[in-house]
Amino acid sequence: MAPTDVNFGRASRTALKDQQLRANFRRAMDGLMSKRAVQFADPKEWHAMRALGASVRVRALSKLPELLEQLEANCTRNGITVHWASTTDEANAIVLKIMQDVNAKLAVKGKSMVSEEMHLNAFLEKHGIESLEADLGEYIVQLDHEMPSHIIMPAIHKNTKQIAHLFREKIKEAEYTEDVAQLTDLARRVLRKKFMNADVGISGVNAAVAETGTLCLVENEGNGRMVTTVPSVHIAVMGLEKVVEKLEDVPPVLSLLTRSATAQPITTYVNMITSPRKEGEKDGPREIHLVILDNGRSKIYADEELRHTLRCIRCGACMNHCPVYTRVGGHAFEAPYPGPIGSILVPQMEGLGKRGELPHACTMCNACVEICPVKIPIVEIMGRLRQEAVHPGDAVKDAGACASMAEALIWKGWAVMNSSPTTYRFATTIAAKLGNAAPASLPLLKEWTSVRSKPRFAGRTLHDLAREKGIPDA
Amino acid sequence: MQTKGPDNVYFFGTCLVDLFYPQAGMAGMELLKREGIRVVFPQGQSCCGQPAYNSGYRDEALKVARAQVALFTEDWPIVVPSGSCSGMIKTHYPDLFKGEPDEAQAVAVAGRTYELTQFLVHILNVKLEDKGEPVRITWHASCHAQREMGVLDEPKALLRQLANVELVELKREKECCGFGGTFAVRHPEISAAMVEDKVADIEGTGAKAVVSGDCGCLMNINGALDAGRKPVKGKHIAEFLMERIHGSH
Amino acid sequence: MPDARAAILSRLRASRDAHPMETVASDFTVLKEKRCSPAERLERIKQMMEAVHTEFIDASDQDWPTVVQAFLAKEGVRTLLYAPATEAGGRLASGWGEGGPELVRYDRTVDEFKEEMFTAIDAGITTTLGAIADTGSLVLWPSADEPRLLSLVPHMHVALLKADALYDTFWQVMTENRWAQGMPTNALLISGPSKTADIEQTLAYGVHGPKRLVVVVIK
Repeated sequence: MAPTDVNFGRASRTALKDQQLRANFRRAMDGLMSKRAVQFADPKEWHAMRALGASVRVRALSKLPELLEQLEANCTRNGITVHWASTTDEANAIVLKIMQDVNAKLAVKGKSMVSEEMHLNAFLEKHGIESLEADLGEYIVQLDHEMPSHIIMPAIHKNTKQIAHLFREKIKEAEYTEDVAQLTDLARRVLRKKFMNADVGISGVNAAVAETGTLCLVENEGNGRMVTTVPSVHIAVMGLEKVVEKLEDVPPVLSLLTRSATAQPITTYVNMITSPRKEGEKDGPREIHLVILDNGRSKIYADEELRHTLRCIRCGACMNHCPVYTRVGGHAFEAPYPGPIGSILVPQMEGLGKRGELPHACTMCNACVEICPVKIPIVEIMGRLRQEAVHPGDAVKDAGACASMAEALIWKGWAVMNSSPTTYRFATTIAAKLGNAAPASLPLLKEWTSVRSKPRFAGRTLHDLAREKGIPDA
Repeated sequence: MQTKGPDNVYFFGTCLVDLFYPQAGMAGMELLKREGIRVVFPQGQSCCGQPAYNSGYRDEALKVARAQVALFTEDWPIVVPSGSCSGMIKTHYPDLFKGEPDEAQAVAVAGRTYELTQFLVHILNVKLEDKGEPVRITWHASCHAQREMGVLDEPKALLRQLANVELVELKREKECCGFGGTFAVRHPEISAAMVEDKVADIEGTGAKAVVSGDCGCLMNINGALDAGRKPVKGKHIAEFLMERIHGSH
Repeated sequence: MPDARAAILSRLRASRDAHPMETVASDFTVLKEKRCSPAERLERIKQMMEAVHTEFIDASDQDWPTVVQAFLAKEGVRTLLYAPATEAGGRLASGWGEGGPELVRYDRTVDEFKEEMFTAIDAGITTTLGAIADTGSLVLWPSADEPRLLSLVPHMHVALLKADALYDTFWQVMTENRWAQGMPTNALLISGPSKTADIEQTLAYGVHGPKRLVVVVIK
């Protein structure tokens, strides 16, 4: 199910033609932005919280190897089995073995972006295991055989009518209804049966605490608690960067996460899991497995500048505020992580050869930088990846894959022209006199003039006018 | 903040102003000169280097940036009629020149760079008298001006001084217009969608003109306004202010 | 996979040692400063939780079992799952009158009566460790005697909250009570009945967890 032929240009053009999609996204992003603003209405508190959040994440990254070891030691001591996977193939194999060891036929899943990275559901299905998404948004996109289009609100691209039709079509006992309460109730009935009967529950991890060996999960629906409590086996998958050092680091991170993601001071449930069912306890899984996934993160960690990508707490605020994401939606990115974080993370995970265009899916407006709760220098990293895409090097997978002799020469020429007053004057004089005659069909001008008039060169430049007016040169 | 201005300032016009909006550059310099400042326009200037920098060609950007830095030999403020170009110099030159032999000069230049309205409001505290006819306008806040140079209210503070100017705010004043430098030609359809929304927002205000501090934005918005045969015109704030204080509009 | 573990850790260590990261000390002042007066705490908790459809009823330390029974009977609740081995469970059972919901004992593992729990239990009752004013959240520490499914599977969750067990922030309750020294199998914050906004951002209550959360404030 992993797309092999990704093309952001093509996918975004398709998305732009879908007026319903554009309307859905515009409305949804507007709502998310204004609600978030209410949560962070006090600028002093916002600045203090994000400074704290950034310091917690940076501290964790600064000690990453030690904290992962500490996490493993404490989890193990608590009875949680820890597994390590360098690649998504390894992670999938680990999950499969755990499931085959208990003869699992049905898994129920909480929302996990890492599991999307792994294409876990498709993998399990290939091996005859049903993996059912239990988060309502994920359940909806799974019914429609789609990828989520947003990391927090997976079905944000659909409106109620579309969901009503989908349920009627795909759920056996469903009658057609556009009443949200009824649709929700239907999902509740269907999924509760599954929670009861599932062999294995799969979840992600919002924050793993090294100090205590605790896995923290946030959610509103209750499916996360269901999948981590009812089945006798719980498998948690996490990216290796999701560890925090101390238990006290959790409240600020969760506060920033929930307020940035869904504009809630807190989610309905905060679930902190430290061990499987102990002797004498009456419920909970008998086995808990934690799968720690690399999948390119250790390479990202190797670079001093790029490693700050790993601060991300997956709140989704960046995509909510991104004018490009708002226009094209999540599917245009053809990746588990869309929007600004996707444009910097996915090329580093999958390589610039396949994903070299994503860092250019950005006007560098900095709206994302302004609201990132852990102060990731997103636009700086975007620029760095643009550079890596066209220059060979070791820092990023497939660096230089987008290098073009023609483009390089153009910029070299541009540099020559602009670094000498004489050549600059020569070039601008010509442009000023002849530029307006350039046909609109020229490359670059063609793209520009598809919706705009050609820019008009002024007959005389500012240099000319300043000189004529006698403005001093020194 | 000094309330009395400096004796001399450099003016860095920017390449877009140079080629497409030289009148905005002249207006910017005039606004400074009428406060009694000696404005110096080094003829050797060209471009801040941002186009190459944002396209991933740092070496080429550095080559051009260093040629600019070399021009500003005196310890005078550098005033720029653009949020994105002043942002490039102020926030990116220190990083671009890191480890370079002229790093110290570049950092010094960055430290003395101002966006035009910033300089007019905070350093010069200019007072403007409106001699023009009543007009309704709206303001487009360029992304780099807001988010790299921290210019938020300064332009509107200047516009609000004009008694006959009715300033109506855009519904999405802070949203990117879709220019993004090479983005406009690299992803023209997305850029088009963004500028179309901006134009609709502008039309919704009933304004006769949209004023902005950035010529990249203006080129983009004006191009779309013109192609759509809209009666609204986009103007650089320097030009607009000069027209109002001379009553020429 | 021991290979993966060693490979990952050595890569991370080498990268970090080659380029150590500068850190800034974490300043928790902003959390420490989120305080309200004891009198305001309960008011704020009620306000925040009621905003997300939580229900509150008042009771005293003497009469809460009667209050709970009367409430549940009025709401047509037929079965109430409870923890018989806890002090509160004992009080509930001994204070339970004639009529009203049938008390069901959670005194065996869930595996022995899972289907019944999912299909034939209307409400579950638990104690709480307290509540948090900043976020409007109950704190639960399930135990061997008071299992966690009590607050998840039944369609209604009744939570007993002592009016003097109130905290200002999540950070405060965890640091004051030194949670880091020993976490239970499962610790929970619960801030309302279950909900979702996944269908066109329209709020709907009662998705997978309880549809109703009833907090009994015991003064």
